[in-house]
Amino acid sequence: MVALNRREAVAALLEDRRDLLVVTGLGSPTYDVAAVEDHPRNYYLWGAMGSAATIGLGLAKARPDDKVLVITGDGEMMMGLGALATIAVQAPKNLTIAVLDNGQFGETGAQSSHAGHGVALERVAESVGFDWSSRVTDQAGLEDLRARIHSGDAFGLAAITIATGEEKRVMPSRDGVEIKNRFRAALGVV
Amino acid sequence: MTDWKEDVYTVLKGAGVQHLAYVPDAGHATAIQRFEAHADVSSVVLTTEEEGIGYLAGAWLGGERGALLMQSSGVGNCINTLSLNANAKFPLLMVVTMRGDWAEFNPWQNPMGQATEAVLNQMGVRTWRADRPEDVAPLIKGAAVMAFDGDSACAVLLGQRLIGEKTW
Repeated sequence: MVALNRREAVAALLEDRRDLLVVTGLGSPTYDVAAVEDHPRNYYLWGAMGSAATIGLGLAKARPDDKVLVITGDGEMMMGLGALATIAVQAPKNLTIAVLDNGQFGETGAQSSHAGHGVALERVAESVGFDWSSRVTDQAGLEDLRARIHSGDAFGLAAITIATGEEKRVMPSRDGVEIKNRFRAALGVV
Repeated sequence: MTDWKEDVYTVLKGAGVQHLAYVPDAGHATAIQRFEAHADVSSVVLTTEEEGIGYLAGAWLGGERGALLMQSSGVGNCINTLSLNANAKFPLLMVVTMRGDWAEFNPWQNPMGQATEAVLNQMGVRTWRADRPEDVAPLIKGAAVMAFDGDSACAVLLGQRLIGEKTW
């Protein structure tokens, strides 16, 4: 089986995104999401490693009628592993975490990550009490995941097995204030 | 006699706090208990303090206010995550119970407790110390204004002389 391409996988998840709110983990997930569209309902991280999931949680709790998707890498998620337990306690039905899992620290020289050494994030999510978790390895799995993201009736985590290798960097604004204000304006909160 | 533990709750609630993220400490027990009694407030227990920085940034993106309660040891866990506030100017209102600054029986609390204020300042967080009960309410009130109206990162440190000597 050919592993999924990260750009194509993210594009598939964001197809017909409607009012979806998206938080991205630093590095390639930020570029992947920006490559699809620099949407005002995207909040990009350029640092604060380990925070993508907790930002998604706070957003999901503050906006219970909106669907929230966190797109991050396996290394970034591992740095905030405890956040999965925190999320499970809060159980926000409108939150999905999609982890792009290439088993590597792609930004720093492709060193093997914990996921690369066999730690399965979907099993961690299951054990702390997520409503659902899954491993996505093909197009059909992406389609199923996209439906779950928009269902809003269960919180879950999907680890998406992607091919190694870097894509062209598509860099959105690094101005954290601008991105924050643009996001809030899109939601009508000032 | 001012009930400063009750004041922490009253002032935070009055400042419009809808999300309370915390790693518990005895000094915060009253505020945590009061907030947990409110169905309209999200009380969020954290595995480590920096989760609260991200959580509250997310809540703010969604248009809501929150506060972060922790002990001074937890400030050390927050350092790199505070770059989120430094870059994006997310409001941050922290209330920190101090260890290692007066009548501390456990020397393992001293290194982080004694570095807490300097570390926060170096990461761009404004700090105020409350060592007397009557200082707690006005200091948290002022910090809340600067956080939520001024997009600042603010911490009120509750000194050990205020909290009292730990007894076993």
